[in-house]
Amino acid sequence: MAVITIREALNQALREEMLRDENVFLMGEEVAEYQGAYKVTKGLLQELGPKRVIDTPITELGFAGLGVGAAMAGLRPVIEFMTFNFSILATDQIVNSAAKMLYMSGGQFNVPIVFRGPGGSAFQVSSQHSQALESWYSYFPGLKVVMPSTPADAKGLLKSSIRDDDPVIFIEQERMYGNKGEVPDDLDFTIPLGVADIKREGKDATIIARSLTVPLALKAAETLQQQGVSCEVIDPRTIRPLDIDTIIESVKKTNRVVIAEEAHPFCGVAGEISAEIMERAFDYLDAPVKRISGVDVPMPYAKNLENLALPTVEQIIAAVREVAYLD
Amino acid sequence: MSKRTADSASRSGADEKSATGVIDQLPNDAPSGATLQQEKANVKRQQKARADKIAPDALIELYRQMLLIRRFEEKCAEAYSMGKIGGFCHLYIGQEAVAVGSISAIRKDDYVMTSYRDHGHAIAKGTSPDAVMAELFGKATGCSKGKGGSMHLFDKSVNFLGGHAIVGGQIPLATGVAYASKYQGTDQVTLCFFGEAAVNQGAFHESLNMAQLWKVPCIYICENNQYGMGTSQQRAMSLQDIAQKACAYEIASEFVDGMDVLAVREATVRAVERARKDSLPSLIEVRTYRFMGHSMSDPGNYRTRAEIERYQQRDPIKIFGETLKEEKVIDHAKLEEMDKAIREIVEHAVRFADESPEPAPEELYTDVYANPITPGQ
Repeated sequence: MAVITIREALNQALREEMLRDENVFLMGEEVAEYQGAYKVTKGLLQELGPKRVIDTPITELGFAGLGVGAAMAGLRPVIEFMTFNFSILATDQIVNSAAKMLYMSGGQFNVPIVFRGPGGSAFQVSSQHSQALESWYSYFPGLKVVMPSTPADAKGLLKSSIRDDDPVIFIEQERMYGNKGEVPDDLDFTIPLGVADIKREGKDATIIARSLTVPLALKAAETLQQQGVSCEVIDPRTIRPLDIDTIIESVKKTNRVVIAEEAHPFCGVAGEISAEIMERAFDYLDAPVKRISGVDVPMPYAKNLENLALPTVEQIIAAVREVAYLD
Repeated sequence: MSKRTADSASRSGADEKSATGVIDQLPNDAPSGATLQQEKANVKRQQKARADKIAPDALIELYRQMLLIRRFEEKCAEAYSMGKIGGFCHLYIGQEAVAVGSISAIRKDDYVMTSYRDHGHAIAKGTSPDAVMAELFGKATGCSKGKGGSMHLFDKSVNFLGGHAIVGGQIPLATGVAYASKYQGTDQVTLCFFGEAAVNQGAFHESLNMAQLWKVPCIYICENNQYGMGTSQQRAMSLQDIAQKACAYEIASEFVDGMDVLAVREATVRAVERARKDSLPSLIEVRTYRFMGHSMSDPGNYRTRAEIERYQQRDPIKIFGETLKEEKVIDHAKLEEMDKAIREIVEHAVRFADESPEPAPEELYTDVYANPITPGQ
């Protein structure tokens, strides 16, 4: 297995799927000649040509809708948002068209499309370029929402998303593109959507983390192990549909849960998971579920304030100690 | 560059306002001050010249389709008031010449996409009136299995791609359908219908820009019925010459009389040729008028009786029927016979819809995903 970055893993997934199926095309701002604003699409134009890799004007609603229409007519578009912040302009097409087409057409028109790009916090780009939108998209039946945290997951899940016959929101993390990890070389390596991954096994507490908070949770678990607390770290990987069974099984074992996310807490994914645990495993809980979320403010620019707005390893450690009644 | 038809020359009259504050110059309007009779005579003169170029059977079929849509919509109004149709219901009465004229200019395998005022387009594209009425009645046999309703008719078997209920939302979608045809190397074209109010949406401008940038075979047909719900075009649009907006994107455009089915057809034929042969988009502004309210719940207080009556004088079905009779394409008795047959088709559709079962309760959960995933497996 090669050790590569998440950026390279995504690039491989795109390349392999486009070589595999000529109905797959990649469209977005700066994906072709510029080689991708974050270099995820590097080399694809040169290898696959301008029919398959298309630079767009800055017209997110337009090219998102164009992608949905092309998918209705039999193609499998991968639409890149330079960042998911810009997908906000395209939400009408994602929500009202992509998510609902199959249902309101009585099963006649499915929309096999992937909307992908970096989301979550970036480095000092302030409020409009630094936000986590997964709770928005996860809200809608008809969409699938995927958030990888490792290079292997990024590659395997993106390949599955492109092969999937439904619209998939695939949110990468801007800060994590350079993270490295082992990735299988097999061209047919995929990871099914809707399957959580136990990133670390443990018995005393469950930490549920996704995207940016997965490495933080693993670090926290390492430290807590030294303090005599064994933590299980679960990465749902797919937010919708959510593999709640894997989470519940873990809760039944550990009886204590911390959910870590960089998103805002209000109406968020952690709140949803917390409610599901309460409904399905209330009797197994030895402490209330604890959430560690991004602070409930727009993202500030100043480095010190930005750091204060994001979850930390220390917060996760303190939360686990709290649900374990250690302090 | 923008191409204007000879008919559009009199469009300079666009600045003249009627007493109601509405621009009411049609492209083939007689000079200002003409009587209604003169106006009508002018429309008919042009229509007859166009009819000479089309086979009699084809002319009769155009008339038949328009009348079918008219009678179908009249029946919808009745069924709506009886509570058999729910939700929003936007009727096409008055605008029949647009869907029928333009869809008659394309092939069966070409695509059509439109807004929520979609009954006429579905029927003109070939969806059976039974399946449309059953959909309106919320029945399992409806063309969208009772899940879409009036605003979301779909029929994949005739490449009718809906029925979209966010104003302007279908314009990027149709652009994408046409993009796919080009990508796949077929010579299919896409007709994209929308009202004039959709022109104020960003989706319209973003789409036209991409369509010409990438040369996609999409024909944008703006059905200018002059009102976005209760707001007149004049109160909502700074530059009211919609065809002229195509200049901003170097797209060929025309302005045509939407009360003349043959004028609409001719303009579409030209646009289809550009799309099919050269993979180029076009914008056609069709001036039309809805005789009913925006939807069944709209009393229409924003328009005067006089204005509506004036447009009713231009009723596309009435005028075309007179043209056909005067040109000896068909006689009065045959038209009556046709009307009777159409009424039977519509009655059948109502019976079919009435007698059809409601969707099974399990249908609530189907068609959410094409690949449903059981999490964890």
